Amino acid sequence: MEWAVEVEDMTVAYDERPVLWDVDMQIPKGSLAAIVGPNGAGKSTLIKAMLGLLTRISGSVKFYLDGRLAVSRDDFKRIAYVPQSGSVDWDFPTTVLDVVLMGRYGHLGWFKRPGRAEREMAHDVLKKTGMDAYADRQISRLSGGQQQRVFLARALIQEADIYFMDEPFKGVDAKTEKAIVTLLQEMKSRGKTVIVVHHDLATVKEYFDWVTMINLRRIAMGPVDEVFTSAHIEAAYNARNPLRREAQDVGTAQ
Amino acid sequence: MWAPLSDYTFQIVAAGTMLLGLATGVTGTFAVLRKESLIGDGLSHASFPGVVLAFMLLAVKDLEILLAGAAAASLLCMALIAATVRYTKVKFDAALATFLAAFFGTGMMLMTYVQHTDNPNQAGLSKFIFGQAATMLARDVEITAAVAALILLLAIVFWKELKLVAFDADFARSLQLPVKLTQAVYGLMLVASIIIGLQSVGAILMSSLLIAPAVAARQWTDNLGTMAVLAGLIGAVSCGVGTYASAVVSGLPTGPAIVVAASLVVVASLLFAPGRGMIARAHVRREARRRWKEGDIDVGAN
Repeated sequence: MEWAVEVEDMTVAYDERPVLWDVDMQIPKGSLAAIVGPNGAGKSTLIKAMLGLLTRISGSVKFYLDGRLAVSRDDFKRIAYVPQSGSVDWDFPTTVLDVVLMGRYGHLGWFKRPGRAEREMAHDVLKKTGMDAYADRQISRLSGGQQQRVFLARALIQEADIYFMDEPFKGVDAKTEKAIVTLLQEMKSRGKTVIVVHHDLATVKEYFDWVTMINLRRIAMGPVDEVFTSAHIEAAYNARNPLRREAQDVGTAQ
Repeated sequence: MWAPLSDYTFQIVAAGTMLLGLATGVTGTFAVLRKESLIGDGLSHASFPGVVLAFMLLAVKDLEILLAGAAAASLLCMALIAATVRYTKVKFDAALATFLAAFFGTGMMLMTYVQHTDNPNQAGLSKFIFGQAATMLARDVEITAAVAALILLLAIVFWKELKLVAFDADFARSLQLPVKLTQAVYGLMLVASIIIGLQSVGAILMSSLLIAPAVAARQWTDNLGTMAVLAGLIGAVSCGVGTYASAVVSGLPTGPAIVVAASLVVVASLLFAPGRGMIARAHVRREARRRWKEGDIDVGAN
């Protein structure tokens, strides 16, 4: 199988408390992959550490584009990140269109401001996410679902090959969730690799074809049909994880 | 009462303070949006021992030397706060408050010590505490103008980086934008804004000139560019009005008059701005309640 992402022996800690322990994982190219696990299992930490937004204590992360290793700054511009929508202040003085244009900032040089070409691209991706009618709207006047659509549009305009998304279904209604899933599947059909931090076990089988289950350590990884079993869910969600207990003991002992 | 306007000293001082207000308004826009309004207060207090130490060590009173000392002390304080937050369990606000008081206390201690020596030159150091715009010379205005121009230039060159880092720093990092450089530019803008205000507004009140214009401007607009320009204008006008008031009314100190003027603009904006102002919001609430009573319920779209 051709991998898009390959993680080896990755450990991440906040102070003296390990959050991820010795994680090995791969994501196949062109897959729609879920990362699942209970609250506090380290799902967001996992993708942030993979993207280098958090410091890794050990381990390596490799990305592959067009069958070769990503090395340069330009290569890494082809890897997109959609943060949790709750991580920003939605009262920031800006509009929907402007937020989407931010997705092009990496491609614009010094001094360059987004121009007509970028604005056309922005309207295109806003149409795809069903938000074009809101292009001029102040972002403080968006619902949770609309915020997620705007973030998704901002990622689409990057025209990346590998997408990391942190809980894109959080705070959205059923209709928006459907629309987002359709969009993700369409991205997959165009050969993009989409990695999604997901919390709803009920929809894993329906939405995704690859799953990584974590709880501090990697519990299971593989095609959803083979790996997403009740035994693995049990293992991930029931905190019978000796290292987790040790870690908590260390955490409370001081 | 318009006589001061044609007075050369007034013109010099007003030009200096208005340039200051313009620069601090723009810098403050980013500080407010980053929710770092208090950091300006910490840095301005922290700059004071730098002024006194520069004077003690080099025995000169050239403004640029004293301000370089102020900048060095501010930067040291900023580094200490960052290191404390990173390497200890002390939180940002506690670290800020601790170093603010420690630095300012050190400055007061050193200044009192210098005042009791026979150095006749020391008179005037205390003006950096509350500011004394009336002592501004044409040369001082030139320095202020140069630093203000640098601040505005940085804001223009790094505009989209400053904006995105303020809104979503992790995303900026994921785009491979130079986030560390942008943070350094922002820090430089902050420190530069503060040191050019020390002479006229003083270490204690300086942070108001960073925050008040930005807070006022935010009430009137939902656009970052407009907000920055408006904050610059409000800063400049507040400084002009404050300077004028102190020129007309004898005994009225310039720095505090400027801060009062800026604060009045904030109060007026919080009350009267359309959309975000208290009166407009009360009106919207009243309207909504009236409609609910009539059974017209609009819960809004998801």
